[in-house]
Amino acid sequence: MSSEKHTEHHDHAEHDTMTRGRIVRVFIYLLAITVLEFAIALIAVPHGLSLRIANPVYILLTLLKAFYIVAFFMHLKFEKAGLVYTLVIPIIFIIGLILVLTNESNHWVDLRG
Amino acid sequence: MSTTAVTSPIDEVKSTPWSGGRSPFSVEYGKMMMWFFLLSDAFTFSSLLIAYGALRFSSSSWPAADLVFQSVPGMIEHGAPLVFVGIMTFILILSSVTMVLGVEAGHRGARKEVAMWMVLTIIGGFLFLGCQALEWNHLFHEGFGWGHIPHEIKEYFHEGQTPSTTYTQQFANLFFTITGFHGFHVFSGVIINIIILINVLAGTYDRRGSYLMVEKVGLYWHFVDLVWVFVFTFFYLV
Repeated sequence: MSSEKHTEHHDHAEHDTMTRGRIVRVFIYLLAITVLEFAIALIAVPHGLSLRIANPVYILLTLLKAFYIVAFFMHLKFEKAGLVYTLVIPIIFIIGLILVLTNESNHWVDLRG
Repeated sequence: MSTTAVTSPIDEVKSTPWSGGRSPFSVEYGKMMMWFFLLSDAFTFSSLLIAYGALRFSSSSWPAADLVFQSVPGMIEHGAPLVFVGIMTFILILSSVTMVLGVEAGHRGARKEVAMWMVLTIIGGFLFLGCQALEWNHLFHEGFGWGHIPHEIKEYFHEGQTPSTTYTQQFANLFFTITGFHGFHVFSGVIINIIILINVLAGTYDRRGSYLMVEKVGLYWHFVDLVWVFVFTFFYLV
């Protein structure tokens, strides 16, 4: 279904796969991101970086790490677009639950007084 | 997927269009089912983490991670925030790397290499579980657990926050439930990895002509690492 549409730009990626060099590179990225998170937690925050800035940065870095694990280690980047969409689009339900419960917990604050 | 050599008649992709000729995902059945299982597992973990987020978000105070987790069990009692969990995170990422190297060796059909990487992955899994056992043990000794918290909780709250037994108890319950559920996944992963390693050593996949099973357990193992990335952020950093 989706295979015809993206052959032009996906074709070379299809034969592309995880080589050792790429594995090592992704490992270094993951390690670097983790070290950066520790630097923020142990150096920047004690020196006065606001958690209002630090927390969103943590979450963005976490999502970046998740992308590297799923796309490269789990090989999803090299799968057919149909499979990628099948697995990525349901994440909408998770986002939905986050929105619903964030809203709900705002109400709990009032209940708890 | 040029890399998956399928030989079993069940796994074979039918060639004529009317028997489902095209394979829209061009992924073998078991691998696709592993992906769908992992998607459902992602929902389970998300629900747990979002519940944690909602409870924490609606609380006026919460135990601070750098005050609760500041020991390296057996070595440093106090003043080393996040060091031990840093080691645990490093071990798990490293075992994910050895797993993916094993999958890569499987594509080349290098049985001995696959076996070596699988052994290293299993060792990584056991090390992680050992670390988690030490951390849990340490917290139990401090008085944390399901349904119980230390008598003195002031030391776990930052200045300006009101120490609350209710919120400390919620924190303890959520922490042990979520890291416990993750640890159980790691444990299952290690067991599955051991089974696959035995098959690799027995030459099962050489006879089958494909190391696809290594790839499937690899997916599971990376997922466990993926979940830890989120658990780490939301319990130890945020």
